[in-house]
Amino acid sequence: MMRQSSPILYLVFWILLSFLTLFPIYWLFVISVKPAVDLFTTPSLILDTVYWNNYVKVLSNETIRRYMYNSLVISTSNAALVTVLAFMACYALSRFDLAGKENIFFWTITNRMAPAAVFLLPFFLLFTQVFTIGDWKLYDTKIGMVLLYCTFNLPFAIWTLRPTMDGIPKELDEAATVDGATTWQVIHEVVFPLARPGLAVTFILTWVFAWNEFLLAATLTSFNARTITTGLSEYVTTTGTEWGAMASIAVITLIPALIIFSMVQRHIVAGLTFGAVKE
Amino acid sequence: MRSNTVGWLMLAPTIAILAVFGIAPFIYVLYVAFHHWNPFGADPLMTYNGANNFRRLVFDREFLLSIAVTIKFAFFAVVSEIILGYLLAQLFMREFPGRGLFRTVHTLPLIVAPIVVGSVWRLMTTPSIGIIPYLLKTWFGYDLNIGRDAGAAFLLTVIMDIWHWTPLVTLTLLAALLSLPKEPFEQAQIDGANRWQIFWHITLPMIRPAILATVFIRLMDALRTVDEVWMLTSGGPGAATRYVGLHIWKIVFPKTDYGYGAAISVIVLYLTLVMCWLLYVALVAPRQKKEAE
Repeated sequence: MMRQSSPILYLVFWILLSFLTLFPIYWLFVISVKPAVDLFTTPSLILDTVYWNNYVKVLSNETIRRYMYNSLVISTSNAALVTVLAFMACYALSRFDLAGKENIFFWTITNRMAPAAVFLLPFFLLFTQVFTIGDWKLYDTKIGMVLLYCTFNLPFAIWTLRPTMDGIPKELDEAATVDGATTWQVIHEVVFPLARPGLAVTFILTWVFAWNEFLLAATLTSFNARTITTGLSEYVTTTGTEWGAMASIAVITLIPALIIFSMVQRHIVAGLTFGAVKE
Repeated sequence: MRSNTVGWLMLAPTIAILAVFGIAPFIYVLYVAFHHWNPFGADPLMTYNGANNFRRLVFDREFLLSIAVTIKFAFFAVVSEIILGYLLAQLFMREFPGRGLFRTVHTLPLIVAPIVVGSVWRLMTTPSIGIIPYLLKTWFGYDLNIGRDAGAAFLLTVIMDIWHWTPLVTLTLLAALLSLPKEPFEQAQIDGANRWQIFWHITLPMIRPAILATVFIRLMDALRTVDEVWMLTSGGPGAATRYVGLHIWKIVFPKTDYGYGAAISVIVLYLTLVMCWLLYVALVAPRQKKEAE
């Protein structure tokens, strides 16, 4: 079948597609290495001079570095927490006969449907007035953002993991249980390895959602837990946008994201389900 | 069978977090929606006014228009993303040199923050300084002006959304395809099924839950898009790309008309829920019926 068609054809196809995919990112880089005045001249596809000052300015800014660190901590903890919780929830939904579980499954996703703008106010009130212990408030804390991002990431993770979990043959767990494995052993040694591609994709995508979130972070943090997307928006003002600085931060943020991606991408390999239940 | 208590215990943290951070704010918004509340208006106190906010919605032409363009936007964006994303996921299932590299390249758009995506696309398409209008003009003599041409602005927001979010579809469907068992496919090939038959009778039914989940996620996110479109077109020209999220965030919110804003949110939430529920029933119910027989 298709496997016989030449690899050159694939290569040409993917290279062309990659040009389309990369063009806006290339343009982001072009903006980041231009002085402000050059942005408003006749555009040209080729970069003739490179102007690194935007990077120097941004990297020497200590606040931006801290925002970056906050973002990394918040998105990584959120993605880890969400992936673990969703894995447990999907295992429960897929393997146990719980009363009303399909309704619970549908209910989880409704938490992602709300337009964020109006929910900012109740969240703000909850974070500044309800979730407080003495002087301590959930407002402007990293843990607050990690928990908050669960509201839209957990439904997403549960919905993307459930099909994977349902696809893992139940016969495998049952066989292991018959052989005397405990629930923990079944999860750890049978289900987890088979769900790995799904878990990796879930981790990556929840990480991305947390990393890119803007409205909630802008409203519910002020200093200690401020993230890099809000840092970006500080360069977009009503009096004008500092395009160069903004673009250079955006380019810099691609690097940690790429590192996380390449670490997790290795796990998106064909699962072992292929032929796992052969009689 | 094992006891269900273990199952409930595994589900408990999820339910707890979503109850605290999902239900509590929702009840608050629902409460506000039945009140007149404009803290910076002539009457700053919160007063109960029944269903008046909802009655006002029905006659609000701007709101109705924004709902219509939002649905149109979500439809075109999501359908294209699902088809494209599925095809790419299928291609990534094949062995070819540099597969890992291309997969990374193809996921790159996802890691660009929406406000940055919107900004870059704006700089690329602004008439007279953007590269895209410039190239279209010199190569094809076509004048792209998203400040004036409503159709072009709409199309551009759809293309931007496709560029940004197709990788998500590719990744989720790729994960689903990777976890499929191999035997049915081998068996079908031995039985002499062609590629179309394999797709229609084996692949599609098996990955239907994954497709459904992906459509849901994309549909919901498209219906509440704000940052990207705001940066690209600011909702213009006129109200051509003023999607409902933008409408709430940029038109209702700055007027601090919270009661009305809450009512709009509740209605949007309700509409999204109904749409998703219909999809869910249409796609899942026939399968469950078949299984029950």
